[in-house]
Amino acid sequence: MTAQALLGILLTATAVLGTVVALTRDPARQALVLSAYGLVLGVLMVALQAPDVALAQIAIGTAVVPLLVVLTVAKVERELSTRQEDPEDRRRHPSGPDRRVRR
Amino acid sequence: MSDVLGVLPYVVAAWILLIGCYGIATSRSFIHVVACLSVVQSSTYLLLLLIGWQTNGTAPVFADIEPGVPVVDPVVQALTLTDIVVGGAVTALLLALTVQLAKRQGSIDPEQIRSLEEELEE
Amino acid sequence: MSRRPASRVLSLVGGVGAFVLLLAAFVQLPDLGHVTHPYGTRAVQAALGRDTANVVSSVNFDQRAFDTMGEEFVLFAAAVSAILLLRRFHDEEEDAYELRVGHHDVWSAVNLAGFALLAPTIMVGFYVVAHGAVSPGGGFQGGALLATGLHLAYLAGDYRVLRRLRPVAVFDAAEAVGAAGFVLLGLSALLVGEPFLTNWLPTGSLGDLASAGTVELFNVAVGMEVASALILLLAKFLDQALVVRGGGGE
Repeated sequence: MTAQALLGILLTATAVLGTVVALTRDPARQALVLSAYGLVLGVLMVALQAPDVALAQIAIGTAVVPLLVVLTVAKVERELSTRQEDPEDRRRHPSGPDRRVRR
Repeated sequence: MSDVLGVLPYVVAAWILLIGCYGIATSRSFIHVVACLSVVQSSTYLLLLLIGWQTNGTAPVFADIEPGVPVVDPVVQALTLTDIVVGGAVTALLLALTVQLAKRQGSIDPEQIRSLEEELEE
Repeated sequence: MSRRPASRVLSLVGGVGAFVLLLAAFVQLPDLGHVTHPYGTRAVQAALGRDTANVVSSVNFDQRAFDTMGEEFVLFAAAVSAILLLRRFHDEEEDAYELRVGHHDVWSAVNLAGFALLAPTIMVGFYVVAHGAVSPGGGFQGGALLATGLHLAYLAGDYRVLRRLRPVAVFDAAEAVGAAGFVLLGLSALLVGEPFLTNWLPTGSLGDLASAGTVELFNVAVGMEVASALILLLAKFLDQALVVRGGGGE
């Protein structure tokens, strides 16, 4: 019976944390909650007798993906703040292959 | 366990799927969309592992148990394993696209992004 | 904005409908925890027949190796595309101050923990890759462990230390070698007259490190590829977030 109780607790925690991740609007905070969600999901996978999968989930879903989200937030915030300082930048300076199409 | 109670773990997987989709539909930032997409993908991992689970089974690794001990289904675990790692790489690609979007259009709000044709018409 | 409430209502209605349909499907599944898994039984028998203790690794690299090759190449393509998207454009430049000095406002406890855990984590990563056929682990997990373990150097020092420990050209080459190595190992089976991706090396006894034939070699190839792909991805993201400036006439 304790195995069932453990599964029930972990499933509930996963559902609650998943809801919190989806409803957190600020991406920087969402990265942290995503990391916690990945950890709880990894523990649930161990309870479901899947250690290989739990290893991959904790390595990728708890370490790599939240790190990438935080780095993206930092980069995007800097890009958007420089754009706001000089709003003519967008029209004057597209970087990419369509530059020649415009002429 | 009655039939309905026995379905509750699957309901958790369905709930996570749908709440992730709700997060994507009502999102105001593409980074938020990518994180919710990650949640949606994780619901499929949970569903696969639940299908393969056996009540008295143990992990399908015979390093310290004798062959003949009941184990859970290893095939769905193999599917889920590669799925997780590849999903992480695709998430990285989507985030790289978001960075490019911020550079080119100055916004990552899904309701303010214009298509490439509209941008070229300027 | 009238789009926002409309999208919420629509997504709620669609969500409820999808939930009802999923529930209707779930009550027709076999009971949770049922014990008849025909694929699982046969996969376990096949893995034990080839002396592979970790049945999941056997399924991934021996019984379903073709799918794993496809997944590995999806990872390769996604990583290469993301790296291409994040390359430094001609109107962007690197911040020389960041490169020279870096940031130092990190707690010394974090520095110490990163320094203490760096070598053990790399060792555990290599262990997990090498023992993929014997205990839980394998190329995918070990590769992810190695990639994140290397970035403990960023916690232990600063970005300059990480750049020195992470020559990008080496990992570029390692990623390609890992991806190509998988295919070449599969082709090597053709040299002995077996179909593509057959496990043709001699298998030792169950539980030994040198058991399971080519599964060990496939693990090493995948581990090299996954670790290099993740390290390169993180390198590009860190570069963009910390060092690269400009892109707007700055």
